[in-house]
Amino acid sequence: MADGAESSGGLQIHPMEQFTVRPLFGGGEDHGLSFYTVTNVTLWMAIAVVCVILLFVFGTRGRAIVPSRVQSVAELAYGFVHKMIEDIAGKEGLKYFPYVMTVFMFIVTANMLSLIPMSFATTSHIAVTGVLALLVFVSVTVIGFVKNGAAFLGLFWVSAAPLALRPFLAVIEVMSYFVRPVSHSIRLAGNMMAGHAVFEVFAGFAAVALISPVSIVAIAAMYTLELLVAFVQAYVFTILTVVYLKDALHPQH
Amino acid sequence: MATEAIEAGAHAAGESGSAGMPQLDFSTFANQIFWLLLALVALWWVMSRIALPRIGSVLAERSGTITNDLAAAEELSLKVKEAEAAYTKALAEARVEANRIVGEARDAIKADLAEATARADAEIAEKTAESEKQIAAIRASAAGSISEVAKATATEIVAILGAEADAKTVEALVDARVKG
Repeated sequence: MADGAESSGGLQIHPMEQFTVRPLFGGGEDHGLSFYTVTNVTLWMAIAVVCVILLFVFGTRGRAIVPSRVQSVAELAYGFVHKMIEDIAGKEGLKYFPYVMTVFMFIVTANMLSLIPMSFATTSHIAVTGVLALLVFVSVTVIGFVKNGAAFLGLFWVSAAPLALRPFLAVIEVMSYFVRPVSHSIRLAGNMMAGHAVFEVFAGFAAVALISPVSIVAIAAMYTLELLVAFVQAYVFTILTVVYLKDALHPQH
Repeated sequence: MATEAIEAGAHAAGESGSAGMPQLDFSTFANQIFWLLLALVALWWVMSRIALPRIGSVLAERSGTITNDLAAAEELSLKVKEAEAAYTKALAEARVEANRIVGEARDAIKADLAEATARADAEIAEKTAESEKQIAAIRASAAGSISEVAKATATEIVAILGAEADAKTVEALVDARVKG
């Protein structure tokens, strides 16, 4: 990919290079990364965690009845996710509110931070989103069986369909159930990766004097779109988590 | 530095054989997953222990305050209604009282007026009667004077004419004439 760009136009466009995981303090290149090596992943995840803590702990330290600006942002996020769970999964779902809130705030903050130039997009990595999705998948499945026992399998038995069709539908339902974590994780990682790769491509073209105005305008336009995508993808990931949670709590169709 | 990094990325990509996608470089997975789990646990701990209970209590407190304020407002508006009702009642009572007083005054005035009128009528009737009596007396005396004058005149005329006037006859004649 990079070789092709170099040979065709002499442009140095490496849209995927920004996603490289590398150690912050050197030494990792030669003998590979240990799992505890401090990398740019560590740095940007830590920044995300610190930002969320600043918003939710320091922003709300006044516990004001009439909130400050930061506190009202935290309250807005709280109400947003709280209402989402209550509307979709019902009151029983509120037990899992802290985890859903953690996932939502982590993803939305990481997505927004990745829009800072020269930053690292942690949520563009399938390893990260895959773990997030698998955590949801595994916990939802466990919750489903613990809460409903074998009745949880009723999720796959579409009682609304004609009896003859039900076995086939059950096969389809089981397949779609196991595809959930794949689509759940790739949707987020793919969106983030594609947006950032496009930024990089336009930025590479900006080196050519003739195209550079166009490419700079395009980057500005893309940036507004990516701001939207950053929020929407976090929202989609969270709402799907809650929908899956609803399936575990109420497996009846 | 940058070229080194690119080389490293290319190297890593070459290793995993994934045409330059660092996302598919499995040698970084353990690292990413480790840090992700650490970040999630840290964030989850802060959220569930500190942030969410705090915001929840603030929101509950706020809705409590709002409910209390609304109840107080409701109470005050009830009081306002009560006060208004009392005011209206007092106004109506005052109006009735005023009407009653006006009626009483009117009745008293009417009674006074009737009494005065009756007294005045009586006086007028008395005076009329007196006047009529006087007039009658005057008329009677006048009629008496006329007949006296007429008798005297008739006696004189008869005497002038040379006849012996019988006083009784003349009187009877004159009386008959005056009456007739």
